[in-house]
Amino acid sequence: MPLKIAVCVKRVPDTAAEKKLDATDFTLDRESVESILNPVDEMAVEEALKLKESSDGEVTVISMGPEGAQANAIRKALSMGADKGVHLTDAALHGSDAQAVAYALSAVVRKGEYDIIFCGAESTDARTSLVPPALAENLGMPNLNFVKNITVADGIVTGHRETDRGYDVVQGPMPAVVGVVWGANEPRYPSFKGIMAAKNKPVETLALADAGIEVSRVGLEGSSTQVLEFGARPAERQKIIADNKDGEGHLKLADFLQEQKFI
Amino acid sequence: MSDVWVLVDHEDGTTSKVTHQLLTAARSLAKETGGEPVAVFLGNGWATAKERLEKFGAAKALVGESEDFAKYVASPQVEVLSKLITERQPWGVLFASVAGGKEIATRVAARLQLGVLADSTNVVVDGGKPVAEYSAFGGSTLVKKTLKKGPFLVCVKPNAFVAEEAPVSLKEESVDVAVSDDAKRVVVSERVQKEAGGRPPVESAAIIVSGGRGLQEPANFSVVEALADQLGAAVGASRAAVDAGWYPHSNQVGQTGKTVSPQLYIAVGISGAIQHRAGMQTSKTIVAINKDAEAPIFQMVDFGVVGDLFDILPKLTEEIEARKSG
Repeated sequence: MPLKIAVCVKRVPDTAAEKKLDATDFTLDRESVESILNPVDEMAVEEALKLKESSDGEVTVISMGPEGAQANAIRKALSMGADKGVHLTDAALHGSDAQAVAYALSAVVRKGEYDIIFCGAESTDARTSLVPPALAENLGMPNLNFVKNITVADGIVTGHRETDRGYDVVQGPMPAVVGVVWGANEPRYPSFKGIMAAKNKPVETLALADAGIEVSRVGLEGSSTQVLEFGARPAERQKIIADNKDGEGHLKLADFLQEQKFI
Repeated sequence: MSDVWVLVDHEDGTTSKVTHQLLTAARSLAKETGGEPVAVFLGNGWATAKERLEKFGAAKALVGESEDFAKYVASPQVEVLSKLITERQPWGVLFASVAGGKEIATRVAARLQLGVLADSTNVVVDGGKPVAEYSAFGGSTLVKKTLKKGPFLVCVKPNAFVAEEAPVSLKEESVDVAVSDDAKRVVVSERVQKEAGGRPPVESAAIIVSGGRGLQEPANFSVVEALADQLGAAVGASRAAVDAGWYPHSNQVGQTGKTVSPQLYIAVGISGAIQHRAGMQTSKTIVAINKDAEAPIFQMVDFGVVGDLFDILPKLTEEIEARKSG
């Protein structure tokens, strides 16, 4: 039977760009920076496409967030070869923390009755890596997190999970949420044909009510975390620079390390 | 309840350094909340763990011994801990902000509809609530966050606190470790060990020596490794070095690798692109060695040496060895 495969993606500010927070509500001022598809999510998309190709499945890309750039993240995944998109967008979602995002995504995923849900294990912006396990928990599904070398056979997902000492081989039954770790694969580039085809692929837009999401559990109000203040971190570096022209750079550095009690 | 719990991060009872740091944090938080620091130990090897937890001031321990915690991934911990939190309502729980700790924290939060503070570099009590600091956007911005309701779940980064010994006599209580079949769905079917390098993992090391493009070729990482071994440090690598296949991704520091804040970070032959800075900017002390005086890394160092790393590093390693024995 063909597999129903989902992949959750988000856009992130370009990793090379400087970012700032909106001064009124302490959320990221996403208009101030270029955004791209989260690089780890591209690897999740690649895993979904590989599975589609080996199982005759169908890949649905799911994303939540404001219109515009978020839709671009979905379009990018479609141009890589995903079949259709679901875009959850609603003003009430603004300011949702990781737990609220996981809850909202779970409502969308539940509607689709997917066999397997891929996510990037973390995003390059907030980096908390809280969403995929919380998504699994909301869905009551098994979670394989931070994995690569992912295979699916007889309804069982297997992956390698990096540890301090090597890796663990982990296995769980579908339906499951799989958090794909950085470096799991080389994501394909969209072909010209793929980019053209993506323009005609269906993208369903959902608001909170369409997905049965309780407004009290999302947005700034519905989030349990609260930002109290933020500010530039004062750089308190000593900035002592020694030139090694005299060939004594190593001695000066050793002195410094000794003063700081590292030796 | 006003107790401050610490979920013990350990392997077969050998507790990690970050656990000792969390206990130190829990002791100072518990003074504010009027409770006690309590270690929550789930797994095997309690006898080994007990000794170390006592040394670092755990007044009390909730002990759940079972094979299930190592056999299955995260779920048994999530289930047992969620039940304990619901029954006993501690002030909060501190987790090691590493992959495994955050995974358990976020799932407990989802299960109990609580919030979780991740990647905290400091945490204090204010008005009965936790106020945690974390650094955003690659360390350029300091954010203070709190949670609206308890019990409070807070993930604290390795090296955020300095572990201090405070020996106590620990009261222990065993807890029910029976878990549902649902908690046994994701199995660890095999543990594969890499060759024992004997170096600490990048994620929690107190000292990291990292190499970048300036090393020119993979074999030259040996000069970085030699210095690291002399300092008892972990070896890190920049994205350029990892992308070139010189060092494994598990050692990568930066926006697409690990975010670290060790006591000492030594960047060798790393220019300091924003991608790299994002992963190490919050290190307590930063040292760089680079032949390019204009490299951006020198903007953020405590001590920088401009010069040829192939000349400086071996001499530095020798010098440190000499001073240690002298």
